[in-house]
Amino acid sequence: MSSLLSSSIGKKLLMGLSGLFLILFLLIHLAINSLMLVPDGGETFNAAAHFMITNPIIKVTEPLLAIGFLVHIIYGFMLTIQNRKARGKDRYASGNKTSGVTWASQNMLILGITLLAFLILHLAHYWVKIKITGDPLLDPVMVNLAGVETMVDNAYALVNTSFGYLWIVIVYAVAGIGLALHLSHGFWSAFQTVGFSNNIWRKRLTAIGQIYAWFVGLGFSLIAVLQYLFYQG
Amino acid sequence: MEKNINITLKVWRQKNAREKGRFETYQVKDVSTGSSFLEMMDILNEQLINEGNEPVAFDHDCREGICGMCSLYINGRPHGPDDGVTTCQLHMRKFKDGDTIWIEPWRSAGFPVIKDLIVDRTAFDKIIASGGYVSVNTGGVPDANAIPIPKPDADEAMDAASCIGCGACVAACKNGSAMLFVSAKVSQLALLPQGKVEAARRAKNMVAKMDELGFGNCTNTGACEVECPKGISVAHIARLNREFLKAKVQD
Repeated sequence: MSSLLSSSIGKKLLMGLSGLFLILFLLIHLAINSLMLVPDGGETFNAAAHFMITNPIIKVTEPLLAIGFLVHIIYGFMLTIQNRKARGKDRYASGNKTSGVTWASQNMLILGITLLAFLILHLAHYWVKIKITGDPLLDPVMVNLAGVETMVDNAYALVNTSFGYLWIVIVYAVAGIGLALHLSHGFWSAFQTVGFSNNIWRKRLTAIGQIYAWFVGLGFSLIAVLQYLFYQG
Repeated sequence: MEKNINITLKVWRQKNAREKGRFETYQVKDVSTGSSFLEMMDILNEQLINEGNEPVAFDHDCREGICGMCSLYINGRPHGPDDGVTTCQLHMRKFKDGDTIWIEPWRSAGFPVIKDLIVDRTAFDKIIASGGYVSVNTGGVPDANAIPIPKPDADEAMDAASCIGCGACVAACKNGSAMLFVSAKVSQLALLPQGKVEAARRAKNMVAKMDELGFGNCTNTGACEVECPKGISVAHIARLNREFLKAKVQD
């Protein structure tokens, strides 16, 4: 096992597997976020958020998610440092005129660092407030959970209020596009790295990857913009 | 139509591995567009010798695109502006009168410059020596129908075997990765019955040697595939990943 993880392909396997895990997570995250668009003053969203916080399965997967992020970020930096070393100090004076290589595939680290900066801001905005410090906006409200009136944190108020600030909406919208670009290469690349690709599946995976990437990325952006435009006050 | 063109060359000159290199500018006049790129280099060298200067050192051998000896990073691309050809198959008709052509060696930590445009590619030989062969005795030539091989497998193995080991993939890769080369060498044998016997050992040893020699990690940009003169597909890299992971899991 140790020799696997010290090999180039082993390290990339970790990168690919953690990437696939995060791809799955993003789908669930987007599904929950989309409930913010239900025009009931956030009752559905609060119920879903409450379910996500209290659900025992989530309690187990939350640390797993943190590990997934950490592995992906740490190995991303580690592999890039190795790759720069392998490339050597000398650059081509005549530049790089290879055609047909996507911009995203060559800038995964830059896109990743952008997303990391966003992630820190994002966690400070919500996760820290919900899990640690608390916030007056979170004051519990009554929601109907499967027929039972329950007191839950008003997560919707916290999110809704922050999406009232234009700069936050712009940051989220831009991060959504950055995420789409990162995923537009990351999706098929993860499958290729774990060995699940050939000439036929490559076409399928890149197509599915593009659809997934822009659906998820623009989905997050759109929810933030719609919250700003139509869900205030 | 054939005609003659005048060109300006910016050529990387470097005395030896230790000394710092630099670009030198040369004018070459009346080059026929029907001549090959390496013939143009020969004309340049004749010119330099007649002027009493040292000719430019560059790798070449068969000059018909099958030996993998020629290299050169020309105007931003390994093997120059044409697709699917080696530098020796590149013709001057791809350039226009008055063009400035930049000629550089492969750049990668795994391929240090020896002199001028020649780089040390023995790293590839070392990777092959670590497992890119079949060591089981397969006896004399068997009848073609003795071991049936599905046509798609045979075709894919042949496609992989067309790799000439020129190193354009490493030269094009932003990570200095040799994965396309190694994957072609693993694929050409892993797909065939004679090669399957040692498939696990081969994948492990060749990847270990590749890592040891300081080649980078593949990030699937696909630049290698675009610049490969033989059109080796990155699908072989997926197969190499599969073969390697399978071998490691079996341990």
